[in-house]
Amino acid sequence: MMSELATSHSDRFSEMAAAVLKRAKTLGATEADLLVAEGDSISVQIRLSQVDRLSKAREKVLGLRVFFGKRSASSSTSDFSEASLDRLVQDTCRLAQAVVEDQSSGLPSADQMAADYPELDLKDSRQLSVEEEIDLARRTEQAAFSADSRITNSEGAECSAGYGSILLANSHGFTGSYASSSYSLSVSPIAVDNKNGGMQRDFWYSAKRKFHQLDSPEYVGQEAARRTVRRLGSQQISTQEIPVVFDPETAKGLLGHLASAVSGYSLYKGASFLLGQLGQSIASDLVTVVDDGRLPGGLGSRPFDGEGLATRKTIVIDKGMLTSYMLDTYSGRKLGMASTGNASRSVGENPTVGATNLFLSPGIHSPEDILKSMKRGLLVTDLIGFGVNLVTGDYSRGAVGFWVENGEIAYPVEEVTIAGNLKQMLKDIEMVGNDLEFRGRLASPTVKIRKMMVAGH
Amino acid sequence: MIPSLSDFALQEKDVLQALSKATARDVDYADMYVESCVTDSVSMEESLVKRAVKSISQGAGVRAVAGERTGFAYSDDLSVRDLEIAADTARYIADSPQGDNPIAVTHRAQPSRNLYPLSQPLTDITTEDRVDLLNKIDVEARRYDPRITKVMASFNTEQKIFLVVNSEGQLVGDIQPLSRLQITCIAEDGDNRQIGTFGGGGRVGFTFYLEQDRAMEFAREAARQAIVNLGAVEAPAGTMPVVLGGGWPGILLHEAIGHGLEADFNRRKTSAFSDLIGQAVASELCTIVDDGTLPFRRGSMNVDDEGTPTSRTMLIEKGILRGYITDRLNARLMKIPLTGNGRREDFRSIVLPRMTNTFMLAGESDPQDIIRSVKKGLYAVSFGGGQVDITSGKFVFSASEAYLIEDGKVTKPVKGATLIGNGPDVLKKVSLVGHDMKLDEGIGTCGKDGQSVPVGVGLPTIKIDEMTVGGTAMG
Repeated sequence: MMSELATSHSDRFSEMAAAVLKRAKTLGATEADLLVAEGDSISVQIRLSQVDRLSKAREKVLGLRVFFGKRSASSSTSDFSEASLDRLVQDTCRLAQAVVEDQSSGLPSADQMAADYPELDLKDSRQLSVEEEIDLARRTEQAAFSADSRITNSEGAECSAGYGSILLANSHGFTGSYASSSYSLSVSPIAVDNKNGGMQRDFWYSAKRKFHQLDSPEYVGQEAARRTVRRLGSQQISTQEIPVVFDPETAKGLLGHLASAVSGYSLYKGASFLLGQLGQSIASDLVTVVDDGRLPGGLGSRPFDGEGLATRKTIVIDKGMLTSYMLDTYSGRKLGMASTGNASRSVGENPTVGATNLFLSPGIHSPEDILKSMKRGLLVTDLIGFGVNLVTGDYSRGAVGFWVENGEIAYPVEEVTIAGNLKQMLKDIEMVGNDLEFRGRLASPTVKIRKMMVAGH
Repeated sequence: MIPSLSDFALQEKDVLQALSKATARDVDYADMYVESCVTDSVSMEESLVKRAVKSISQGAGVRAVAGERTGFAYSDDLSVRDLEIAADTARYIADSPQGDNPIAVTHRAQPSRNLYPLSQPLTDITTEDRVDLLNKIDVEARRYDPRITKVMASFNTEQKIFLVVNSEGQLVGDIQPLSRLQITCIAEDGDNRQIGTFGGGGRVGFTFYLEQDRAMEFAREAARQAIVNLGAVEAPAGTMPVVLGGGWPGILLHEAIGHGLEADFNRRKTSAFSDLIGQAVASELCTIVDDGTLPFRRGSMNVDDEGTPTSRTMLIEKGILRGYITDRLNARLMKIPLTGNGRREDFRSIVLPRMTNTFMLAGESDPQDIIRSVKKGLYAVSFGGGQVDITSGKFVFSASEAYLIEDGKVTKPVKGATLIGNGPDVLKKVSLVGHDMKLDEGIGTCGKDGQSVPVGVGLPTIKIDEMTVGGTAMG
């Protein structure tokens, strides 16, 4: 029902978009574009088998950007009444005339607009009823409790389904739209240490665009329980420099930092540790990083980007060599390069650069082999804090994981930090796992870094 | 100025009729929150103020609470029909048919005070004035040192108007202004490139930034930090004494204990602080409060998002854990006092118990004596963000400006490093508390459950005898 609602609205929205663009032109705007996003979602949280929270939402929002020559301004509203939209267009036009000219501003040229819309398999019409969601979340939490008697409490399990659609139109006459869906299941169990009463919590999840691709509630619950119980009895280790292995979940974080550092905005602002490194070797030759906006069913896939350019596959790092930045039109112009179709847009904001589906290509080693390669080292499974300086590459974060001795996991570790510099860490990647799995927009196999400073007692 | 439903083109009878659809035999409490928010942002980079963004958001959220269960629905359409659909959806949680008890407003509470009287509404600040301020900041930051090569600054204002009407017949509203100036400088010296950031704000008007040369001081401070970092050496790794400067380093309290004392985690017994009321969790030098009543502060509110007047809550008194911060749901279920800490990011979000302004009261030590007492350690004065694992109690916060202390003297600046500790233990190691308690400049945003709300922190200079510092240099 909800996704049909989205479709039936799209005609009305494209008429509205045309009217708004026309109004902007009448007020003197030389160019304009706008985005209309709408969505429905329903989510259920279960805690200790009882429904804790049930949320339903319907949203719509329109974001407008106008240009007066090289001056521009943006705005957004959720009020679609004619009077409100009219006021919005006027306010935005006035705002644009209050800022200075920016030589790089403006829409992409008309011939760059996406011409083809491949079927990316982003939408599932499967509707979930509240009762189904309650059942799925309840089974997920129950599976966690059943998996181990030390699981005695829970922050809850959640099941959610969301359906949305995006319409983008601009004064070049481009109008594009697509619909998507997403489903997720997660649980956060708590285990108690019988010896000292200390508690540990962990989390597991599954998120997909297609309902039938979700992992089963039983699997999600059992995996969450396994990840939680294995943290019991965690201890600090002493301060030392040792090899550090990032599991796929934490290695994804490294890709996130890389994505920020190759974003055109960080680069032209001089705020990236990868400034001026294009065409140079910045990582070990085991490292190949790809951004693919057209991966079928991908959580980061979309047919066109936030400016209407076709999405594509970009090789960011090829065997250690930095081969491409990620750019939108504006940051590309600042750097004298073409957009890579990575414009990402929150409604009402100016476009910025965002990864689509960004992944580190798998290597040849099994995760077990990677652990076996370490006489002594740290396997990191969770990270907290924001201790990453993208200008310098300095990296220092709180870590949770396992002490590895003679290639085997010895005991769980907590209350330590791992520190280094991302420039060196990328070069120090000496093993890449074969365990790549897409669980979100970023994906990485297990990664081993030759050495990092671990601070503990 | 008090908002009214007519500001939203709504009539009281329609709202009450819609809300009554959320009530049922088993519903203990229901409320409807109607909000509109206007934000304006201008930003400057490359010496050009080239971006201006305005956004207008409005909508309503309805919830029904039955026991521990919450039903919630929201709509960004304020038509009577949409409000009724939302209310009917929220009631689903109660598992019983719609009630027929009409709701009447019996308590039209107006906030009895105004913690943020502004001479000019934020929405009236002209774009020209905003642009002019940013241009002056650019000049000032560059003038500080020729090695400052990039200056980025933004000025954001937000005017939030809300009304909340509940099944107990209470109708309360507030108009909450919020503004913030943020400056980032990049300094370059050959290949060495460093960043410095500073800013401030609160529930304050435009004149705040002009008074006492404040905006220019922020600009110089961001530039100074970037220049200091050009000379930074590797931070030490390992456990050592740590001295925290006053003000923003109070983020320690926010992460180490504040989140752990939010009532929801304690009701569920998922916090490392569960069942510790009355026990010593800090040295007796530590007295910590959460106070939403400080005039013009970023974390302050006349009333919280449930219409409850904010208050000053004793969290830790001379080292003893005294209380939790609560919203209506958790105060009722735990049978503990309502502290006015029920907050939500906007109408799309549910209410959670959240901090307001959290700080440690001043002690008696001279800050210089505190530094002199350390033979070898770290002196940290500015921080980026922090994070906590509520359940295990482990927390981190990351220094962005820190120095070595050697033989009682502050010596070399060190690169940013993350500090890690255990919430229920770290404050037991506080051995000296300065008399220089200071609140932060007004830039804090706290994230919980995907919701961001503005908060404040404060701290006097303190000494922690031992903490793990995540640097790269072997101590």
